[in-house]
Amino acid sequence: MPHAAVAVLGALVNLNHPAHIIEWEFIKLTVANVVVIGLMFVVFFAAILLPFPGAAARREARRGGDGS
Amino acid sequence: MSVAPPRSKSWTVRVREIGVENLPPEKLLPDGQPTYVASWIYIFGVASIASLMVIIGSGTILALKGPAWWHYTGIGHFFNSIHMWAVELFFFAMVVHLWGKYWMAAWRGGRTRVWITGAVTFLVAVPTALTGYVSQQNFDAQWISTQAKDAMNSVGIGSFFNLTNFGQMYSYHVFIMPLAVVGLVGAHVLLVRRHGVVPPLPFHAAGAGTGVKPAAAEPEISPAPAPNGRGTGVAG
Repeated sequence: MPHAAVAVLGALVNLNHPAHIIEWEFIKLTVANVVVIGLMFVVFFAAILLPFPGAAARREARRGGDGS
Repeated sequence: MSVAPPRSKSWTVRVREIGVENLPPEKLLPDGQPTYVASWIYIFGVASIASLMVIIGSGTILALKGPAWWHYTGIGHFFNSIHMWAVELFFFAMVVHLWGKYWMAAWRGGRTRVWITGAVTFLVAVPTALTGYVSQQNFDAQWISTQAKDAMNSVGIGSFFNLTNFGQMYSYHVFIMPLAVVGLVGAHVLLVRRHGVVPPLPFHAAGAGTGVKPAAAEPEISPAPAPNGRGTGVAG
């Protein structure tokens, strides 16, 4: 891979520095870990709230099929 | 009055009979799941297993090729990164799976062992990943191992787990710990097959009572096969 391409890819996120730390009382977390924890919350609530493809049709088909 | 036939003296027959009794083929390999499984919150268990398969596949290649390969070649870096990011995904999916199951009280309906095997898998997976940190064969591994050995010594187990001993940590990482994780995941999946995927908590409209129903009074909704042998809704 050309050096310029490597430089561009590497520049997306500059990791060439000590980790940024968030401190609150005894809690000490790197920014990277806080971002991952935040993403887990986002994915968790999205998984609860977003409709699953075809779920409504399946429920309807089941209701129509067994009459329950 | 009927008398149960005596158990066979052959251990293979006894194992087969107990196996089929507890996990009949239509439960072990179902062709459908209950309708309530059609929700995104139910995908994180299988997402964890998919990540685990990538971890084991990439880890096997790394073990075959060795540290010089994963440190000094482009393709080695690639597989090293695949391994690391698959671990990230594994824990990400496993934590969301844990939250989902915790908030739907997944130990209901006789699923205590399902919950326990899942929780223990999480606890065993953590040191499995940590032994990977100290198996990298670089300055990062040296730094982590010399810091972490103090944690071992402080609780009096440093003579059993020497984190600066690459051979011991690598053996733990590539054999003993993965064996435990895979065994626990296997038991967890078989128990899910036996008891069925946990149903969502019953929905109560606002003002229709306390919203909490005793677990014992809750109807068991298990993915019992329909008379035609098929499941009840979602393709498995």
